Amino acid sequence: MGMTMTQKILAAHAGLESVAAGQLIRADLDMVLGNDITSPVAINEFEKAGFEKVFDREKISMVMDHFVPNKDIKAAQQCKQCRTFARKFDIKNYYDVGEMGIEHALLPEKGLVAAGELIIGADSHTCTYGALGAFSTGVGSTDMACGMATGQAWFKVPSAICFNLTGTLSEYVSGKDVILHIIGRIGVDGALYRSMEFRGDGVKNLTMDDRLCIANMAIEAGAKNGIFPVDEVTEEYMKGRVDRPYVVYEADADAEYDQVIDIDLSSILPTVSFPHLPENTRTIDQVGDVKIDQVVIGSCTNGRLSDMKAAAEILKGKKVHRDVRAIIIPATQAVYKESMRLGYLDIFIDAGCIVSTPTCGPCLGGYMGILAEGERCVATTNRNFVGRMGHTASEVYLAGPAVAAASAVTGKISSPKEVL
Amino acid sequence: MNAQGFAHKYGDNVDTDVIIPARHLNTADHKELASHCMEDIDAGFKDKVKEGDIMVAGFNFGCGSSREHAPIAIKESGISCVIAKTFARIFYRNAINIGLAILECEEASSDISDGDQVSVNFDTGVITNETKNKTYQAQPFPDFIKDIITKGGLLNSIQK
Repeated sequence: MGMTMTQKILAAHAGLESVAAGQLIRADLDMVLGNDITSPVAINEFEKAGFEKVFDREKISMVMDHFVPNKDIKAAQQCKQCRTFARKFDIKNYYDVGEMGIEHALLPEKGLVAAGELIIGADSHTCTYGALGAFSTGVGSTDMACGMATGQAWFKVPSAICFNLTGTLSEYVSGKDVILHIIGRIGVDGALYRSMEFRGDGVKNLTMDDRLCIANMAIEAGAKNGIFPVDEVTEEYMKGRVDRPYVVYEADADAEYDQVIDIDLSSILPTVSFPHLPENTRTIDQVGDVKIDQVVIGSCTNGRLSDMKAAAEILKGKKVHRDVRAIIIPATQAVYKESMRLGYLDIFIDAGCIVSTPTCGPCLGGYMGILAEGERCVATTNRNFVGRMGHTASEVYLAGPAVAAASAVTGKISSPKEVL
Repeated sequence: MNAQGFAHKYGDNVDTDVIIPARHLNTADHKELASHCMEDIDAGFKDKVKEGDIMVAGFNFGCGSSREHAPIAIKESGISCVIAKTFARIFYRNAINIGLAILECEEASSDISDGDQVSVNFDTGVITNETKNKTYQAQPFPDFIKDIITKGGLLNSIQK
């Protein structure tokens, strides 16, 4: 029986000819990632276990992004602990204020993850790197500690759902709408324990930013990983970023999938997830009259240059509604700088938005945009659970950057067509 | 390896943001995390939970963030075992890695009521509802996982 793309990468990293769904394996890691809230727990475990060295100083990344620049004294203490550890073990890829960006935008941008590699990260959205044809998955801090010490992790080999993509996206529709549409169809546990493998003629019509966004939210369908085949778009993205050899894996022609789901990209409309689960999706024509208090455009899901561009095109020459606070957060310093060069930041500020340094901040209710009781936010982030962005009686509506920007102008959830 | 205690019952899709809200993730202190466990969906949890109690939930328990703070907060609060219809995968691995026992059993999850007295035999996978005088069969852990849990978590299990 043939293997899926994910199974091939896992087999190669476990030193096995083949693996099958359900098999427990121990595999070699190409990168181990942590951030400022998960690394301290890992460091405590690492030290408690008495490890005295890391497996490879170049294959560990620590990114201070969640509560950074330090939101309070406790957050400052946690970053200090990470910084001290990184210096002690000479961790090559340690990113702090000034260089840092949101981890899942930063690692691909810096070429720290590449096709065919196996990456674990103590952050659930580590599944993002599947966009590059890598196997990457979120784990906890103990896995991170063991990974840093041994360079290995245990895995249960997943089965997969194949998403057969065809067609091309319509205007104002992006990768975010695709993944929200899929989660709306299969549910927040629709891919539980499994891989989501994206295949088909439509893949070539998706930009790398679209793919990163789609793979990023695979976890929101319960998946272990989301993965795209490697094509010219991938090769072009990695050129100039990845300077080491990488391996391109393809699913076997006779790979077995639990299910094949056909997705016609041209039929997808701008999509919004209503509180309090990402699966509560409605297309933009079905949202009704939902007044809002805040808009957040950013995060590891939608803080990349194409997201800034989509928002800027809508906000150009417009004003943010007087009842709305609009918060724009470019995900990395490079995205920030390029947005400045292209004039997007002027557009945002002239429209009445604020532009923040890269941070996960409001996405997880950390800081930089906490909601009060009864308030509503349209966010390009990835979760709308109870209390996710603040008060337990506040609400988060997930959308792509075009809908978020249009909503900032009108003061209610709106289609980009309403403002252009 | 066994567990026994009163059941604390919750629904489907209990996410890690309600198990331990992110506003408390500026600490890794286990006791402090436990003092906020479940506070956004069950404000009274920390006062009513007793050592050894059992948490019972529906589908996709622990979905969302990879924060290990979630199983840590549950374990530190005194919970000896979580029974759910299914677990979100990162929570599943984190619970095993820190040595918090978890079992998937749809029948037990549907049938057990809040406050029922429940016991679990991890070797056989048999869950007993002493209040309702019923038993349910869960899949016992595979040896690989039993080894990690009995050694007190992944780090202890990999040490030579």
